[in-house]
Amino acid sequence: MYTIEKSKLSDLFGAISASCELYLPVKKAGQNNFTKYEAGTEYCDELKTVKSPKDMFFPQSENIVSFEKTDGKIKVTPDTIPTEKTVVFGVRACDVASFDVLDRVFLSEPADSFYKARRENCTVVATACSEPEESCFCSVFGIDPSEPKADVATWFVGEKLYWKALTEKGEELTKAVASVLTEENADGTVEAEKAKIKEIVKNLPLASLSLDGWDGDATEAKFDAPEWEKLSASCLGCGACTFVCPTCQCYDIRDYDTGHGIQRYRCWDSCMYNDFTMMAHGTPRPSQLQRFRQRFMHKLVYFPANNDGMYSCVGCGRCVNKCPISMNIAKVIKAFGGDKS
Amino acid sequence: MSCNCGTPVDKLIPQTVKVVSIRQDTPDVKTFRVVALEGEELFDHMPGQCAMLTVPGVGEAMFSITSSPTEKGYKDFSIKRCGLLTDYLHSMEAGEEVCVRGPYGKPFPVDTEFKGKDLLFIAGGIGLAPLHSVINYVRANRENYGKIDILYGSRSKDDLVDFDEIENEWLKEEGINVYLTIDREQEGWDGHVGFVPSYLKELDFPPTSTAVICGPPIMIKFVLQALIEMGFEKTQVYTTLELKMKCGIGKCGRCNIGSKYVCKDGPVFRCDEIDELPNEY
Amino acid sequence: MQKVRGLVIKRAGELLSDGTVTRVLGYKCGDFFYDVTPAFFESADQLSDLEYGSFCGANLSKYLINACKDQKEGKILVLLKPCDTYSFNQLLTEHRIDRDKIYVIGVGCKGMLDIEKLKAMGFKGITKVLDNGDELDIKTIYGDKKCKRADALLEKCVCCKGKDFKAFDEVIDVEEPGEKGADRFEGVALLENMTSEERFAFWNNELSKCIRCNACRNVCPACSCMKCVFDNPVSGAAGKVNSNSFEEKMFHIIRAFHVAGRCTDCGECSRVCPQGIPLHLLNRKFIKDIDELYGDYQAGEEVGSRAPLVNFTFDDAEPSIVHERGNE
Repeated sequence: MYTIEKSKLSDLFGAISASCELYLPVKKAGQNNFTKYEAGTEYCDELKTVKSPKDMFFPQSENIVSFEKTDGKIKVTPDTIPTEKTVVFGVRACDVASFDVLDRVFLSEPADSFYKARRENCTVVATACSEPEESCFCSVFGIDPSEPKADVATWFVGEKLYWKALTEKGEELTKAVASVLTEENADGTVEAEKAKIKEIVKNLPLASLSLDGWDGDATEAKFDAPEWEKLSASCLGCGACTFVCPTCQCYDIRDYDTGHGIQRYRCWDSCMYNDFTMMAHGTPRPSQLQRFRQRFMHKLVYFPANNDGMYSCVGCGRCVNKCPISMNIAKVIKAFGGDKS
Repeated sequence: MSCNCGTPVDKLIPQTVKVVSIRQDTPDVKTFRVVALEGEELFDHMPGQCAMLTVPGVGEAMFSITSSPTEKGYKDFSIKRCGLLTDYLHSMEAGEEVCVRGPYGKPFPVDTEFKGKDLLFIAGGIGLAPLHSVINYVRANRENYGKIDILYGSRSKDDLVDFDEIENEWLKEEGINVYLTIDREQEGWDGHVGFVPSYLKELDFPPTSTAVICGPPIMIKFVLQALIEMGFEKTQVYTTLELKMKCGIGKCGRCNIGSKYVCKDGPVFRCDEIDELPNEY
Repeated sequence: MQKVRGLVIKRAGELLSDGTVTRVLGYKCGDFFYDVTPAFFESADQLSDLEYGSFCGANLSKYLINACKDQKEGKILVLLKPCDTYSFNQLLTEHRIDRDKIYVIGVGCKGMLDIEKLKAMGFKGITKVLDNGDELDIKTIYGDKKCKRADALLEKCVCCKGKDFKAFDEVIDVEEPGEKGADRFEGVALLENMTSEERFAFWNNELSKCIRCNACRNVCPACSCMKCVFDNPVSGAAGKVNSNSFEEKMFHIIRAFHVAGRCTDCGECSRVCPQGIPLHLLNRKFIKDIDELYGDYQAGEEVGSRAPLVNFTFDDAEPSIVHERGNE
């Protein structure tokens, strides 16, 4: 176990960013988002970033290939697979778990080369949640915010940051920044912190959500259920939930005329949008009810069906905080009777 | 990192190919034959699989590969004019270039479930395109299959895709029965007139074949009904689903129906598998 | 607020029972006190889930567009705050909703609260807020806190348009009539006093947070196009994401232009933005300019009023003014 004084965090960030790009939660124009570190950047210790760190591996928009046409010949130039080494600091346990969900999609055959390269080049430094909030329900998905499972786990206790490498990548990073860290036997402090967090998590208002009845075989039971109508009745059909969600990974591929060629890029897309799924004759999901249902069925039924029961939700609660009409996955689960309290 | 070397950096990156010939099949269907550029290779495919065609700046869309894998060195795409990209393709001339990536999707089980079976192909309009590949694959490996019946219908004689090939090759081949029909009476047509589902009932095939259907959704619906009435089990019937796709590899999410992705788990489905999907296609 | 809730439920129940209306568009309570969801209630017994409290900031007018279009029988009862009635009138002016199908209960308001503001004050894990007049008792996982009610108001309530209902069939009002809010053009004036470089930096900083989720557009009662140009794949402008660093600005600027003269300043765009972008400032700049160039005009004040931008008078500002102002 290593430690560093909170007041010396900038030394740590300086040391990390000396050899690679560092991303961390930063408050800009009033909002906390993962941002690239530059000298003087201040770490924001608020619990949640607006956007999840999925941008690290699956940016909201990224170029994939460009086309140039001269004399009828088409030259195809794939965009370079990223090679920068990165570190992302301050990732919460729920978001760390979301990477496993994203991996299931992007690393399954055929693996996405862009995602894979970014993922392999990144060292994830997680931070335990010392003050979980009312909208958090990661424990429902078996996630323990007191003990995030990343390359490095850290805990903020008192005036210190406690640092523990958990993987080979984490060890390497630790070695690289060893000059600013102090070795310390602080297991007792960290164990006490973990126990404190576990106690808070147990009593969170959404901790009683139950996923009974939601699994890969639930299509028949859930698809035609009457609950969807009321749940989706005031959905605006915007993409706020999908874009702040750490596990939503649907994308669009589009071409952009740069004036001297065609740039093909992919960007986040949302199943809440009416042009998302299309057939030759139009959309097979013409109503917002159908689109709303698709999002939650995908997270709680279709995804588990294809991924050994893993849900495509990590209980980060961003949708609870950010949906303009306050509709969210917790309410969906409750509406179907999933509340043990 | 050029993708023109035959090993693309990612499945999403297409390769440039040359359109060597364009055949006008019907007033709104053309068949495009593409070959790899000199020194490069095209991917291999199996019948029923698809590929993404790109015209840079115009768009990208998924099309079924109409040529059989047994035809080496090129891929055919029979494409109906019905949108921005297909408009552009129809305005092209032989010799021009497009981009292609693939193959995508699960093929028809030609070397497994179909083997040793009598096969009944039922197609409507441009729906012959995906079946064309299977039919020619089966013809090339004739010894592996039993009797072959092909029922094909279109709006008019002029709308029958591949009519020359059907007339000059399929109709003349022993062990293959071709039944053609058009929707309305037409001068110069002495064949059957009527919709595919009703002709199917008239022909009353014994429910021993494996049936493969492709065509407009409404035709598929009524053909399937007719087959069930004729005693076919859903496990004997295969069809293809059509959805607009973007990635082709089961990641972008837009062709997700139930736990299936049409691009990856389809487009070929056995009808009992379709029954298990929520009704959203 | 409990009192208002009781009155609303009682009256809505009566109107449902006597057949005056067949459904009620109101707010449904959530898991916490702040997460109410706009909802339809179709029978008196469903009304036990109806919430009316300090977090009912959402403007329900826009839901009437679809509700008027569906084939359901009978009238829709809608709960509107004074400020919501401006949007309601504007939708009537634009023939988006059908007055004959709607029964409006105006519900008195002393300003709605903003959970984001409470969080920005540093309150963590808020589980309940008790509204005690001028002060709020805030229950959190980490202990009880207090703050001034005025400090937690939604932006739109800080600049309250006043307590008058511009449309109603009946009114439920137990609130002390409050004062009109702060000058809504203060924020605009601050921006106007910046140099153009400072102003650009301000918007660059704010708009670069945009995630193109379309919440601002989809919630906006003035954005009622059947098919938005930004959703139309053949428009050439259908960006789901910013393909360059100017595109998110273009989206918001075009939207502000498109709603200019029709925007009632209901403030929903800023309220729903997940990134807290003060989008209302763009709209207020337009409103201020229109006021200055064509005389004071408030969209939605009256049904059928002709907005200055779609009207001609000989006193209109000359187009050259735009050029001159651009050089300022």
